[in-house]
Amino acid sequence: MDNRLELRNVSKSFGEVLALENINFQLGDNEIVGLLGDNGAGKSTLIKIITGYHQPTSGEILFNGQKVDHLTVPKARQLGIETVYQERALAELQTLWRNIFLGRELCNRWGFLDIAKMRTETHRLMSQSMGFTSTAINPESFVGTFSGGEKQGVAIVRALFFDAEIIILDEPTMGLSLKETAKLVNFVRGIKQAGKAAIFIDHNVVHVYNVADRIVVIDRGRVAGQFLTKDITLDALMEKMIRVAETGNLD
Amino acid sequence: MSSHTEKIAPEVSQPYKETFSFSRFSRSNRAQLGILGVFFGLWLIFIITAPGTFLKPQIYYAYMSTIPFFAIMAIPLTMLVIAGEMDLSFPSIMAMGMVAFLLTYQATTSLESVPLRVAISFIAALVCGTMIGLLNGFIVVKFGIPSLVATIGTQFLWRGAVLVLSQGKSGTLSYVRESFLHPLLVGKIGGVFPMQMLWLILIAILGWVLLNRHKIGAHIYLIGDNVNSAELMGVNTKRVRMQTFMLMGLLAAFAGVITSFHVVYFWPSLGEGYLLRTMASVFLGGTSVFGGTGTILGTVIGAFIIGTIEAATVAVGLTGFWTQFIYGLIIVLSVIMHTYLRKRTK
Repeated sequence: MDNRLELRNVSKSFGEVLALENINFQLGDNEIVGLLGDNGAGKSTLIKIITGYHQPTSGEILFNGQKVDHLTVPKARQLGIETVYQERALAELQTLWRNIFLGRELCNRWGFLDIAKMRTETHRLMSQSMGFTSTAINPESFVGTFSGGEKQGVAIVRALFFDAEIIILDEPTMGLSLKETAKLVNFVRGIKQAGKAAIFIDHNVVHVYNVADRIVVIDRGRVAGQFLTKDITLDALMEKMIRVAETGNLD
Repeated sequence: MSSHTEKIAPEVSQPYKETFSFSRFSRSNRAQLGILGVFFGLWLIFIITAPGTFLKPQIYYAYMSTIPFFAIMAIPLTMLVIAGEMDLSFPSIMAMGMVAFLLTYQATTSLESVPLRVAISFIAALVCGTMIGLLNGFIVVKFGIPSLVATIGTQFLWRGAVLVLSQGKSGTLSYVRESFLHPLLVGKIGGVFPMQMLWLILIAILGWVLLNRHKIGAHIYLIGDNVNSAELMGVNTKRVRMQTFMLMGLLAAFAGVITSFHVVYFWPSLGEGYLLRTMASVFLGGTSVFGGTGTILGTVIGAFIIGTIEAATVAVGLTGFWTQFIYGLIIVLSVIMHTYLRKRTK
């Protein structure tokens, strides 16, 4: 299986703090990888390196087998990486269409916006994908007035609109209702069916176990271990997670 | 959400039809409508209390002559405030631009043609202002110093530079009358309509287009709203903020030139007295001090309210001592109104 994405010996330190240490990580073609780890284990830092937000202190990043230097956010998005961030990365005082196209505004070569097209696309995405049928929500609505689930819907649809190859979901179920969570888990399965790859991070082991092909456990900035979900039971995984959190060791 | 594959494939869709709804229009433009209400309310009061003054065109020509000097600077300042930044140094940039003008004029004596020398000096002033803006932006962005603090520093720095370079001397600019730039910048159309008003309208329209129809403007709003989101989504927040500071510098220098051309005189204290009324125009116009919201139209109306109060106070029969009190009252009440309107949007 070819790797869509590979990290080789990636380390990241913030001043004195070593957040990640010699991380080796692979994401295969059409694979869903669940990333588990306690708070502060380094999951978000790892994600932000893949999305180009942080630059690794050392190590290599490869996309489709090609080494990429100086990865930046626009570069990562060009390579087909879309992210649904834990903090959602929305601009709440702005309208829905501005949020959908945040950082990727449709514009002509002089930088003038194609507002009509962005509104039309937003309207289409809303009715077809987000399932927003309420007339109160239209492309001109302010995102700050939306519910938690609606905001998450905006963040997800935004990730999908731009023909993503790799979709990263960082704690996407946070603050969602049970129904919205079920919808989200279905959505992650949909990524698999569409032939795309995804990295799914969640504090809820059950959600991750149910959708991931492989689970990578991160602890204290290191890869503590990885399992194919078909080879391990949920109970055994839970047990290992607790042991890792307590001792820093899987067995 | 299960049908998410459809949305990846581009397909022909029904165009989104914008249906006009009065309630939606008033909701999304409430800040502008609010300040427009204040403006017309004040105007009505002026007309009723001083009909002799406010029903004749002369007072309006006078306003159109003086208000553009600071209203022009209020437009880029609005953009900076929307982006969550501030610039207190623009009054010094006004003077520094004129120093660049004078030094260039002196250095080009060999050219002999006065109109040419004035034109070159004019460009030098604009370049100087833009460069100072770039430096402000650089200090803020590269060192991560809050712009309020950084520009307190540069405000003193450039005023100091003006005093050193001009040796504190003021002087006449009578030669600029020989240049086509003088009628073009501060002339009067038909002997009555001031050219600087036309420049204000032009700059306001261009500013509106930049802010609402251009990528840079979209990013200015996003940065002021949530700089972290903007960065995560790949917006080059540093470059956009630097560009906004440069625009501030450019237009401050432009305002400095037209202010000096208007009186055909240079004072090293040029710009002092413009700081607060320019800032007041921005906040009166409904731009949030927290960033992320604000409009050009609001700012222009704000500038006209600020600019009219002084003469109006006298015209309605109060003594000049009342002006500051009325300034303060209108600013405080308008800002309360904006905060109230903004809360109701949520």
